[in-house]
Amino acid sequence: MEPGEIHALLGENGAGKSTLMNVLYGLLQPDEGEIIVDGRPLRVRGPGDAIAAGIGMVHQHFMLVPVFTVAENVMLGAEQVRGGFLGFLDRRRARRQVIEVSTRYNLRVDPDAVVEDLPVGVQQRVEIVKALTRDVDLLILDEPTAVLTPQETEELLAVMRALRESGKSIVFITHKLKEVKAIADRITVIRRGRVVGTAGPDASEDELAALMVGRTVSLLVDKGPARPGAPVLEIEGLVVDDDRSCRAVDGVDLTVRAGEVLGIAGVQGNGQTELIEALMGLRPILRGSVRLAGERIDGWPTKRVLRAGVGYVPEDRSVDGLVREFSVAENLVLDIYDQPPFGTGLVLRPDAIAASARKRIPEFDVRTPSAEAAVGTLSGGNQQKVIIAREMSRPLKLFVAAQPTRGVDVGSIEFIHRRIVHERDIGTAVLLVSSELDEVIGLADRIAVMYRGRILGIVGPETPREEIGLLMAGITGAVDGAGEAEPARPAGPGTPTPTGPAPADDPGNEEAR
Amino acid sequence: MTDVNTSGVPAPRENPDREHAEAEKVSTADASGDAGTTNGDAVHTTGEATPLGATAATAGGAPTDRDGGAALLLTLFVRNLWSANTVTVTVLAIVLALVIGAILIIVSDPDVLATFGYLAARPSDALNSSWAAVSDAYANLFKGAVVDPAAVRDWINGTGGWQPVFAPISETLTYAAPLVFTGLAVSLAFRGGLFNIGAQGQATLGVILAALAGFLLPLPPVVHLIVALLAGALGGALWGFASGFLKARTGAHEVITTIMLNYVATYFLAWIIVQDGVHAPDRTDAISRSVDGSAQLPRLLGGDLRVHLGIVLAVAATWAVSWLLNRSTLGFELRAVGANPEAARTAGISVARTYVLVMAIAGALAGLGGSNMVLGSTATALTPLVVAQIGFDGILVALLGRVKPWGVALAALLFGALQAGGNRMQSYASVSLELVTVLQALIVIFIAAPALVKAIFGLRAARVARAQMSMAKGW
Repeated sequence: MEPGEIHALLGENGAGKSTLMNVLYGLLQPDEGEIIVDGRPLRVRGPGDAIAAGIGMVHQHFMLVPVFTVAENVMLGAEQVRGGFLGFLDRRRARRQVIEVSTRYNLRVDPDAVVEDLPVGVQQRVEIVKALTRDVDLLILDEPTAVLTPQETEELLAVMRALRESGKSIVFITHKLKEVKAIADRITVIRRGRVVGTAGPDASEDELAALMVGRTVSLLVDKGPARPGAPVLEIEGLVVDDDRSCRAVDGVDLTVRAGEVLGIAGVQGNGQTELIEALMGLRPILRGSVRLAGERIDGWPTKRVLRAGVGYVPEDRSVDGLVREFSVAENLVLDIYDQPPFGTGLVLRPDAIAASARKRIPEFDVRTPSAEAAVGTLSGGNQQKVIIAREMSRPLKLFVAAQPTRGVDVGSIEFIHRRIVHERDIGTAVLLVSSELDEVIGLADRIAVMYRGRILGIVGPETPREEIGLLMAGITGAVDGAGEAEPARPAGPGTPTPTGPAPADDPGNEEAR
Repeated sequence: MTDVNTSGVPAPRENPDREHAEAEKVSTADASGDAGTTNGDAVHTTGEATPLGATAATAGGAPTDRDGGAALLLTLFVRNLWSANTVTVTVLAIVLALVIGAILIIVSDPDVLATFGYLAARPSDALNSSWAAVSDAYANLFKGAVVDPAAVRDWINGTGGWQPVFAPISETLTYAAPLVFTGLAVSLAFRGGLFNIGAQGQATLGVILAALAGFLLPLPPVVHLIVALLAGALGGALWGFASGFLKARTGAHEVITTIMLNYVATYFLAWIIVQDGVHAPDRTDAISRSVDGSAQLPRLLGGDLRVHLGIVLAVAATWAVSWLLNRSTLGFELRAVGANPEAARTAGISVARTYVLVMAIAGALAGLGGSNMVLGSTATALTPLVVAQIGFDGILVALLGRVKPWGVALAALLFGALQAGGNRMQSYASVSLELVTVLQALIVIFIAAPALVKAIFGLRAARVARAQMSMAKGW
């Protein structure tokens, strides 16, 4: 690493990127080999040593105390006290530090805000501020963009550039190729715990992707034209609240036909999650109706919806999609365990479950040591494939996929996309929700853009990105030309905090993707 | 349970998903290399491990529930033996508890303690008397719980009958039977993600209904017993259902409701004993009428030995719970809800229904355990203390048995043995029965703190053990 350099560490899930960085930060101990800082070998026994050597880390999962303020979180672990043995916390000094660092690097954070109220992007900024107050020279960012919206990502990249200007070095861990190309000075690709190549930012995406997975992958989704049939899913006037009884879905009308993929684009937190959960019977519907092949399914319990021929890939696989302690085989029947041949009445048939797992594991290319391995030990991509395998191995009328490739490596994304297109081609209606605009554009035959609980417009996949981007920011003027345009401003929690006027923001956003 | 990171410095465990998955993948990729490096280690530990293997096999049963199942080769088995797996930790916890118990025996005996006063002058006195006190106590513990060699000799010589030979085992099984039921009640709920602290209350309701059915209903022999047992199960189920229902409907935490219902049950028992029709007419103290002979659990080895049908029912219940957990759709739901209620809900499993069912079944099991206390041979009438501590001991048994049905049965057997042996230890070696309680407590403490046992014996941390740790965290 050179001073003032952004070094991207690229690799599939499970390639060893995070492990390497945890060793550097002292969370794990190396079995052999050494770390050299400023020409001297460094023995990092714990994060304390790493911080002393000027290494800071921002974890993929934030290490913040939700009920503390920003300033309190920043001083946590390096509390300043005054009043001698009485040990009063010097909150004022912490506040000053936060303000100082945030103005110096143009990282806008309010030191008095409580962390749990902040959007994810700002929380991440708090993490960065926290690292910077420790006077680090080398900052490790572990998949910082995985949880960010496009706008937030762009802001983060701007922050990284600013840090580079001031001479800090950054290790940027990711598996998103576009971000790497947009910002990195040097790219190291890791596969299966080994460095397989180093490249400059001028390397093409295909080259990088091939290096990552060790073969050539098609990044574009290869699909023929859709042959839409009869409407399968009809949603009318749907109104749903979120967990805090705030209106999340506010009068949505949607129709998904057999043999087409309807993609819902939108920045996360605009009601997509609640819409899907309401469809699945996981969240009460306040008003409106949902029909599946003409039959009203609103108010049905989840099990009945699933039995009616709906496949569901939930947004957060580790929370909603899988039981981590269960074996792969058990997870493969998680929602059909009581159906023949797996179970009849009270009797479960472990043999049938194991047999079906042996069949489906190769069919869906799940890389697991055995069908009996706990699913929690698998990599993200393989966990997702377990869910896909489960949901796709029964006859479906409707396939609902929320963020099907989030946190999934390139090779698995390709596989999952192919399965989704295949499902469409055999006549299933597919409803896809994704905050990755590329994914929606690549897969969908029609794109519905959702903003603050409403569908702002339904467009074709050939629509320019800029236009969809504007819709995602809540600006309808660009599409229908009428003056209904709403200024882009921070809406609910989870929505981005756009900088300046939206049109100026958007091309930058495009560049980031 | 709360993973609040006070230092502000992230600990490696706290990166749930991907970190872990990546680490795991890397380790599997390196599996061959790993095996190579630990090989030398294995050779060196084999010698120590072999004698322990014998104890592990007898005390802990065949460790079939260990990770790989059939795939585990014998070499791997031996190597794992000295690593921190469940069976090893359990056995070592018992050993540690016995060692500390020995110190307590020495300290609590004034005569032995006196010899330590001139330890420097004649150390042999102190050592001999200590050894005598400890070995006498533990020998009697063994004779009271398993078998008395003298009785065997007498039987072979023809001077004694066969009954004294089996008397210790009979006692052990008598004490173990109700603990199996309450241990299962706690385990089953735990597997469903619920802390059933209310086995005591559920058992109390069980004992009440079983006894009422036992002396109020005039029924023919076999039918009467079945009805009384069912009544006991129903009583417990009712009490469990109440907690489960409150949890499912209102979100009331089951720990609170079960503990409170324990009090309600205890005082309900005290009240009902003195009611007309229940209270024994010819007695002035708080004791109820006796259960009819037709409703009592038949003794298995004749009238002289106390072991009764309850232990057979306990084994049957263990098998039933094991089947329910692993081979039934309800068990699948229960385990899914216990491990990840969100995912279970998303997969269409009704979490509320599962909670209610689990608590009702757990309550029924505890109720059967309570029935054992009044339909078996320990008592035939209700008294305020008829249930003893079986509900609370059930929590310990469940923990010791690692919340697995057959593990619970073995743990109950150990607790039963300690109880039975403790009685003999008290009368023959004049070591007070309370020592047994201390031993039980120490065993459980060491089980709950596996890190302590590992540190003391320098066990290698096994990868297998990590999955088991999650349970200790919950307690």
